[in-house]
Amino acid sequence: MVLTEQYEVTIVDSDERYICDSTQNLLKGMVQLGRKGIPVGCRGGGCGVCKVQVLSGTYTSKRMSREHVSVEDEAEGRVLACRTWPTSSIELQVVGQLQRAVTR
Amino acid sequence: MSMTGVLRPGHVQLRVLDIEEAVVHYRDYMGLIETHRDDQGRIYLKGWDEQDWFSVVLREADDAGMDHMAFKVLDEETLWRLQSDLKKFGCDVERIPEGELDHCGERVRFVAPTGHVFELYANKDHHGNGIPTTNPAPWPEGLKGMQAVRFDHCLVYGEDLDASVKLFTEVLGFQLTEQIVDGDLQLAAFLTCSMKAHDVAFIRQEGPGKLHHASFLLKTWEEVLRAADIISMKDIPIDIGPTRHGLTRGQTIYFFDPSGNRNEVFAEDSHVYPDTPVLTWTADNIGQAIFYHSRELNERFMGVTTGA
Ligand code: FES
Ligand SMILES: [Fe+2]
Repeated sequence: MVLTEQYEVTIVDSDERYICDSTQNLLKGMVQLGRKGIPVGCRGGGCGVCKVQVLSGTYTSKRMSREHVSVEDEAEGRVLACRTWPTSSIELQVVGQLQRAVTR
Repeated sequence: MSMTGVLRPGHVQLRVLDIEEAVVHYRDYMGLIETHRDDQGRIYLKGWDEQDWFSVVLREADDAGMDHMAFKVLDEETLWRLQSDLKKFGCDVERIPEGELDHCGERVRFVAPTGHVFELYANKDHHGNGIPTTNPAPWPEGLKGMQAVRFDHCLVYGEDLDASVKLFTEVLGFQLTEQIVDGDLQLAAFLTCSMKAHDVAFIRQEGPGKLHHASFLLKTWEEVLRAADIISMKDIPIDIGPTRHGLTRGQTIYFFDPSGNRNEVFAEDSHVYPDTPVLTWTADNIGQAIFYHSRELNERFMGVTTGA
């Protein structure tokens, strides 16, 4: 049996708070509750737009594209929200952003 | 025979973060058929109506994106002629030996000015489409998921659009079918080596080359809706659609594989002949060019890519 815990996630940039289930990654938890703040891209760890700096709290992560998360990033808590599952309450800051295409 | 030179997109090799998750997506959800695993652990798949051994290769890696897109050319003579034309154009050309990919002959690899690795090859083992060639049935039984018919095209982003378009049209014989322009500046170029609306497309974006999407053909609009149902049932991250493109007229839906590479499935786009005029969309109308119904650019669709 898998125990499901619920943790509070705080996006400090916008002071947005939401409850994220331990079985859901940080990005999905946010989207499901209609909350905003972390940019939503591929949801698979490939595009890098959901990159966050975790300021406090613990979590587990799945493999993330090295193109966007270096070994150093990972060690310092800069991770992709769509590949990160909370194991405690979390405070985070948004690092990633959507690129602009079709520009001159 | 009127088709010579480059025949069609032959395959795309994609990097994925978890190969077993990826193969479930491409095989069970998109309905490609797994045809091989090689001793490097790469997994080969094909659309059901493709005759050659594979059209998608999945490679587990540390980042997502496109390793290369390969085109099949008519024969070996064509391959060596195009190799020398590519060199004359100024491309660094590398020969990849037969068997580097199982079931595939020797390949000619070059890097396009937009930074994407493309390859040409003349030979790939025949697999068949599961239907006899005498008194053939219209479709094979036992297909899964979205039942993708074939790998159709890739759309890529890169900075030196002009030079990549020049290479594909002047060296490889592709035809410009549709474009988006801002005055004199071309922002997007859709190119075909056949009669399709596109076999490869480029969008101008600063920075290193990127993969926007790898696309697969379905037969009907109803199948596009059914793909949307599967996307929800299997909790696949959706991007946008079902909708229609102005460009190419395709009826389409976009979603992401489990490593964040964008996929498209689509039906019913336009066809061209060598004498069909180029269709032009203007930058002030770009919303309609891309999404014919909403007429609005979508930040995620435009801005999210994986590596090349
Ligand atoms: S949304 Fe693309 S890496 Fe998280
Ligand atoms: Fe497409």
